[in-house]
Amino acid sequence: MTNWMLVAVLLGVMAVAYHLGLTRSRVMARAGNARRAAMHSRPGYYGALVALWCGLPAFLVFAVWNIAEPSLIRNAVVTMLSSEAGTMTSQQVGIAMQRIESIASGFGVAGDVTPVEAAAAAEMARLQAIGFYTKIALVMAIVLGGLVFAYRRIKPDFRARNHVEQIVRIAMFLASGVAILTTVGIVLSMVSETLRFFSFVSPLDFFFGTVWDPRFSTTGAAGGGYGILPLLSGTLLVSVVAMTVAVPVGLMTAIFLAEYATPRFRSIAKPVIEVLAGIPTIVYGVFALIVVGPFFSSVGAAIGLEIRATSALTAGFVMGIMLIPFISSLSDDIITQVPRSLRDASMGLGATRSETIRRVVLPAALPGVVGAVLLAASRAIGETMIVVLAAGNSPVLQGNPFEAVSTVTVTIVNQLTGDQDFASPQSLVAFALGLTLFVITLGLNVVALYIVRKYREQYD
Amino acid sequence: MNMANSQPGSMMTNTLGKAASQQMSREVTVSAQDVKVYYGDTQAIKGINLDIYRNEVIAFIGPSGCGKSTFLRVLNRMNDTIDGCRVEGKVTLDGEDIYDKSLDVVLLRARVGMVFQKPNPFPKSIFENIAYGPRLHGLASSKTDLEGIVESSLKRAGLWNEVKDRLDQPGTGLSGGQQQRLCIARTIAVSPEMILMDEPCSALDPIATAKVEELISELSREYTIAIVTHSMQQAARVSHRTAYFHLGDLIEVNATDKVFTQPEHELTEAYITGRFG
Ligand SMILES: Nc1ncnc2c1ncn2[C@@H]1O[C@H](COP(=O)(O)OP(=O)(O)OP(=O)(O)O)[C@@H](O)[C@H]1O
Ligand SMILES: [Mg+2]
Repeated sequence: MTNWMLVAVLLGVMAVAYHLGLTRSRVMARAGNARRAAMHSRPGYYGALVALWCGLPAFLVFAVWNIAEPSLIRNAVVTMLSSEAGTMTSQQVGIAMQRIESIASGFGVAGDVTPVEAAAAAEMARLQAIGFYTKIALVMAIVLGGLVFAYRRIKPDFRARNHVEQIVRIAMFLASGVAILTTVGIVLSMVSETLRFFSFVSPLDFFFGTVWDPRFSTTGAAGGGYGILPLLSGTLLVSVVAMTVAVPVGLMTAIFLAEYATPRFRSIAKPVIEVLAGIPTIVYGVFALIVVGPFFSSVGAAIGLEIRATSALTAGFVMGIMLIPFISSLSDDIITQVPRSLRDASMGLGATRSETIRRVVLPAALPGVVGAVLLAASRAIGETMIVVLAAGNSPVLQGNPFEAVSTVTVTIVNQLTGDQDFASPQSLVAFALGLTLFVITLGLNVVALYIVRKYREQYD
Repeated sequence: MNMANSQPGSMMTNTLGKAASQQMSREVTVSAQDVKVYYGDTQAIKGINLDIYRNEVIAFIGPSGCGKSTFLRVLNRMNDTIDGCRVEGKVTLDGEDIYDKSLDVVLLRARVGMVFQKPNPFPKSIFENIAYGPRLHGLASSKTDLEGIVESSLKRAGLWNEVKDRLDQPGTGLSGGQQQRLCIARTIAVSPEMILMDEPCSALDPIATAKVEELISELSREYTIAIVTHSMQQAARVSHRTAYFHLGDLIEVNATDKVFTQPEHELTEAYITGRFG
């Protein structure tokens, strides 16, 4: 019997418990006298409550046990091992334990099994067996206890409905807690890794350095320059190009769809545009590298401009195309939500359609549109695949969009791909870069919220 | 058509109704001839003939869905903004065909203003709300000029004293009745000849309603007003003539007190005595 079977049994028992509760409350309702025959809640609630009492505590204990058991057993085996084989370094213990675990689980290991190992493995298997049966016994006891407890509480005036509501509420709370804790955990681990990086390289050199040249070293020393400015300038350059393409085209598309297009055209055009959003970014990247880059480069040559095939312009342009549906479909929704009465008022005063859009509809839709644009901007900043392929990967501080650049995201990829020692500054810098990106996008979102709120205060 | 029979429109006196009924020979402002309106395939107006005189207040009454709003919107071509709406027949404003191809709809709507059922101020400041129309049509040559227009419009709408210290605050922050008067002020800021009002008081409380009605009587000295209303008391209080609509037809139009005391048509009688509606 494995853990999964135990889970299946638990679920089965819960189903039975539900049915028991349901039946008992029905019986009780029928047995009640005429004046107060009705139960407080519908039968389903009593069933659900019994099932929950039966299953929830058992699941909790089960989960905690599963988390705690391996390390307890491991500790016991390690103690035994060190008393028999003398002191070992932690690395030796790790290797020995891996072998022992493989033996105990019956996988077998390379090389001969020493008597000490065999003994330890036997001990481990024994502990595991004991643990498993204890677990089953404990879980089943709790299931039964919960069942009996809840079953006996079923009375006409027992408010099962309210109790179920309570449990649902707590479950929701815990679920949102998981999301929040995960976020906090990610941020904290990023912060701690970043601090580790700053023990190699000073934050001043990182944030204000103008040279990016982290030489790979096998000694774990921080050679070369770790200045983020060339990367930020690249990110900024690509994002600016992307937004220059995406914002006007996206907004005008949205306005056209919302205000001018016939319903039939709209019903065809909207899905077609949204398909753009479903294209994987690697496809955009390939498109940029193979089609757009050479095209720009030859156009540049024709008009006497030197444009690199992989450049901020190429990457930004294609990224802009990728962001068009983002901006257009969000803005379209927002624009169509502006009430008709406002349009009528404007038209009724003798405004043309475009005057109405410019002076009434767009201002009223502005907070949403700003939100959409900032959202697109943070996507542009965090976008990776297109820039990896099409931006040219040249981390030099310069402002010419026709030249190759490198961005923060590209650099993170570069620092972490290949054979890496994850404790070296060359890898740790990725956390510092990631955290910087995170702070920037967070800042963008805060600004967006601020604008929206300010605007609301003024006009609501 | 008694177009030729024109007389200056200033004969209106403040005593409504009675005076108006004696002045049937005044100048025609709007003339509708055999107007039919379709929404897609369904016909909402079935051939209506109606003359509206300068400086009169004419009330449109009738059961829900009979086409009052539709007909009102015919008069400033707001129906153009509704998908699938089609108008047939001829409508003239001061003798000019407003459905003529050469006519500029935008200018027409400045000449025939509209006040809607629900107050719909722009989400802008009170000042900007009023200044919107004059700015569109370039009516003000300078900032002081514009301020003058805003002030006089608010004064004529009877709102000046209530808002003069808060012109820079959002129009949406006013009470419902104030918002509706703001919308009226916004309409008169572009100096229209005629104002169309579609149930302007239906979202207001009795006191705000009384204020708007008073305002309508005031405005009728300078403007021609067509008002749709579901309240027969309101029609009686503010209008000189009343037109009764029924299922897309104009059944009867006459001096207001006549319509309410001696209706000519039995449908009208049934409606005003409350047998349906
Ligand atoms: N936008 C529209 N699209 C389709 N049909 C419409 C539209 N507006 C009005 N109609 C139809 O035209 C007819 C007349 O409508 P209208 O709004 O003019 O009535 P009304 O007399 O103003 O009614 P109420 O007193 O309820 O406002 C109704 O049958 C209505 O269903
Ligand atoms: Mg209506």
